[in-house]
Amino acid sequence: MSARLPLLGILLFVGLWQAVVTLADLPRFILPGPLLVLEAMWTNKELIAEHALVTLAEVLIGIALGAALGCATAVHLAYSPASRRLVRPILVFSQAIPVFALAPILTLWLGYGLMSKVAMAVLIIYFPVTSSFFDGLMQTPRGFLDLADTMGADRRRQLLLVRIPSAMPSLATGLRLGAVYAPIGAVIGEWVGASRGLGYLMLLANGRAKIDLMFAALVVLGLMAVALYAAVDRMGQLMKHES
Amino acid sequence: MAEGHGSGIDGTFDQVSALDVAVRGSATLDSETLFGNLEMEIPAGRWTSLLGHSGVGKTTILRLIAGLGTAARFEGEIIASDGMPVASRIAYMAQNDLLFPWASVRNNIIAGARLRGEPPDRERLDALLDRTGLTGHADRKPHQLSGGQRQRVALARTLMEDRPVILLDEPFASLDARTKAQMQDLALELLAGRTVLQVTHDPAEAARLGHKIYVMRRSGLHREAEPGSAPPRQVDDSECLRVQGRLHRFLLEAD
Repeated sequence: MSARLPLLGILLFVGLWQAVVTLADLPRFILPGPLLVLEAMWTNKELIAEHALVTLAEVLIGIALGAALGCATAVHLAYSPASRRLVRPILVFSQAIPVFALAPILTLWLGYGLMSKVAMAVLIIYFPVTSSFFDGLMQTPRGFLDLADTMGADRRRQLLLVRIPSAMPSLATGLRLGAVYAPIGAVIGEWVGASRGLGYLMLLANGRAKIDLMFAALVVLGLMAVALYAAVDRMGQLMKHES
Repeated sequence: MAEGHGSGIDGTFDQVSALDVAVRGSATLDSETLFGNLEMEIPAGRWTSLLGHSGVGKTTILRLIAGLGTAARFEGEIIASDGMPVASRIAYMAQNDLLFPWASVRNNIIAGARLRGEPPDRERLDALLDRTGLTGHADRKPHQLSGGQRQRVALARTLMEDRPVILLDEPFASLDARTKAQMQDLALELLAGRTVLQVTHDPAEAARLGHKIYVMRRSGLHREAEPGSAPPRQVDDSECLRVQGRLHRFLLEAD
């Protein structure tokens, strides 16, 4: 029952879409119906797959690098009070910067290729991962730390064996936050300047009035984002502690 | 850890390496006296119960002996009979079992060795799992266990440490009456020979378990005469019940 409800919702949405297109008699270069989009997806499947793989690679590499950098920063800050005082204000301030606005600069610096989009995804995932994981590392239950103290643990092992495992649920929260926005980052990067990727394909299709192809690329992008979120969410479930 | 002291888990802890611990001094909390001129002797190889209601400073004493931070300022001394520091030779067990939710029962029990980077004593682990009835649960996670089982894991972890001084901060307070009595018996049996200080707010627990019983009130520390029989006393032992009643009355009286 509960598994069928989302499916029902999607069907309802697609039905509504088709109804609007039919009833309002919208021209296909404004809003193509779902059937046309599906058809465009099928006839252009190789083209779409080629560009989708590029975007997927940008996002996955970005998430992996961003998460690794974020974890390393959080662990370092948790371990070193001096770096904490130095870096924490910068970290808070940097969260106020809309990373998306950096896309033109990243393209300028890193070029039209993969790197500028990876950099976008890295920046987008880095901050939520760093701040969530760091918060988790600083909120280890007092009792766990006391216990580790009475057992004669040194600071390094306490971090490794108590604070880090204890902060895993917070890390999962950060990853989930970042994974939602990482594909958007990559696509914006592609809009600013690229010769490959779903964002590029959308612009190209738009320019040639192939609106059905544009929508097809958009749908694939949406599916990719949902799958990515589901995967990260699933991983987060494993990182949660049952109590 | 010193080599050669007894590592038995069945009340076979070597009496020679047992330590007397004494706490003497005063503590202030926000410039108000928490306790003043306290003199507490915790005899070697015996179970000492420290009874008192919440906020009277008994957990503070426990944390001071354990070398853990407290909100209170302490002036005085905490000494062991051999003149060496006490804090590095204690094992600590709290009301909240403090089991790591991400680790299996087995890994929780050997947490101390892993935190010190030492290889865990597998034989001792197996013996402890057996004695606490947890052998079949060794690979489970804490959330899969009952409250009583969790406290048995915490007890096994405490014993895995093999320290001469054991500090118990109301470890059985949240258990039901039956599980509590079983845990008390098991703890008394397994910790026999070690110097135990147990903080509790339950007069029945103090009367049942204490070789020596202290009651702590705002006005100071009071030594109560313990029942003549050896702990663990029967729950319906008449002398034990009489002591329990007296302890209870003492707690009810105004400070």
